[in-house]
Amino acid sequence: MVDSFPHEETPSTDEFIKGLWRENPVFVQVLGMCPALAVSNTARNALAMGLATLFVLLMSNVVISSLRRFVPKEVRIATYILVIATFVTIVDYVLQAISLDLHKALGAFISLIVVNCLILGRAEAFASKNTAGKSAMDALGMGLGFTAALLSLGAVREILGSGALFGLPLFHDGFQPWVVMILPSGGFFALAGWLLLFNALQERRARLASPAAEPMR
Amino acid sequence: MTTPARTLEIRTSPHIVSGYSVDTIMFNVVLALLPTTAFAIYAFGLAALLTLTVAVGSCVLAEQLACRLSDRASTLGDWSVAITGLLYGLTLPPGLPLWMVAVGGFFGVALAKSLFGGLGLNAFNPALVGRAFVQAAFPVAMTSWMPGFTADRFVSVPGSTLTLPLTKPVYDGVTSATPLSLWKFDGQLSEVGDLALGFVGGSTGETCGLLILLGGAYLVARNMMNWRIPVAIFTVVATASASLYALDAERYAPPLFMLFSGGLMLGAVFMATDMVASPMTSLGCLLYGALIGGLVVVIRVWGGMPEGVMYAILIGNAVSPHIDRWIQPRVYGSRVGEPAP
Repeated sequence: MVDSFPHEETPSTDEFIKGLWRENPVFVQVLGMCPALAVSNTARNALAMGLATLFVLLMSNVVISSLRRFVPKEVRIATYILVIATFVTIVDYVLQAISLDLHKALGAFISLIVVNCLILGRAEAFASKNTAGKSAMDALGMGLGFTAALLSLGAVREILGSGALFGLPLFHDGFQPWVVMILPSGGFFALAGWLLLFNALQERRARLASPAAEPMR
Repeated sequence: MTTPARTLEIRTSPHIVSGYSVDTIMFNVVLALLPTTAFAIYAFGLAALLTLTVAVGSCVLAEQLACRLSDRASTLGDWSVAITGLLYGLTLPPGLPLWMVAVGGFFGVALAKSLFGGLGLNAFNPALVGRAFVQAAFPVAMTSWMPGFTADRFVSVPGSTLTLPLTKPVYDGVTSATPLSLWKFDGQLSEVGDLALGFVGGSTGETCGLLILLGGAYLVARNMMNWRIPVAIFTVVATASASLYALDAERYAPPLFMLFSGGLMLGAVFMATDMVASPMTSLGCLLYGALIGGLVVVIRVWGGMPEGVMYAILIGNAVSPHIDRWIQPRVYGSRVGEPAP
């Protein structure tokens, strides 16, 4: 995502806001699909995954941005991966200390944050070219946007798939769970639904902004 | 002044019109399904009637809503969505809660048809996608079969049918088993006569094989259905199960049982022949039918589920564009083995 005007003139709040809605990592950029589909079967897993990614994204963006003048261009990707892997290891251990159940539920997907294309993408596209402050704002916005997206996926899947939210039952005992929603295919259904909604809203906004222009077909 | 008589009219092709359009063919498919539908209502009473009504209603509603949302003219008039609804309803177990029927119908049409661009563009048969969704979402309800020919079937509706939305169905009567699950789990074979005439448990419309064949024969006679697909399916299922039966008559079911049990008749005659989702060439149709028939036998004999017609047809649908790519008719004017000019 290339901004149309130089970064020096962009206010920092915009760096923060853009990840939440306009360039939302999941619903607009469709990045980081692996954890978004795999561990969003309950709202709790989705929130934990989102926060873990937010932490790694924030820390790695700040570190990479601070080091951007010292890292030779040829080895930058390896350096980024090393930095990201360090923070993923921290998250891995902290999560084990906080809740072993949650760590087991998220499984390999915690380690897989290392290769999450969202994090590497932000490091390459943003942190390596901007100041640490701006990179932190960018990471916060993108991370929160990712968390919100995962949470909305997880909420839909948990409500339909087990009739509960964050483990609290929402309906009386007779509720019929939609088994498919907690299966992997349910992730695709929920994601498709949210993407549909997002695109419809974006299109409507574009139409309202310029009534003369025909919506894209 | 009179207009000069036209001696030469220049138009684009087609120059010869058969008189068949989408709506006449679709309407005739509805006619061909009428005996099966009537038997379903006769066998399962009000439960089947309500299931079929809600199935058609939800599919029609989904189509209408999709047309409205995408600013297109309503396509209800071409009967295709009515067929989708009717076929979908005929594949459901009688006594399935009506809200589940509606969910599946809505998903089938919205996911498999409208999102792909409507009639003519759907890669999969929408009725089967709807059924597959309900099967994946509510596996228990989809495998609870109400017995047919109960005494009070025309005066009372089973409690499970009228379950409130989002709640679990409670089955008030005894649930019966389908011939296939009886065979798979209890090793018990049903009489072929009962299977062919429909005096067994099962989905609303799959029980009476002979009436389905009658409807299929009508469509074939009017040249509105590709006979190669069901013939290929039946041949492969019959040969494969006959050879298995010859190998070990204790373990494997006889071929007639395989042909007339479960959804094979309904699937082979009315679902696999979906004009959009099946291949275009004759050889392609034979291959496609053979693939579906083979998959049915494999899933039924070695799979975990007693019935596999739905998944076999959906896999066949997925393969059919590839079959069309492999098997292309010779371009007019070119010779065999020679690239197209």
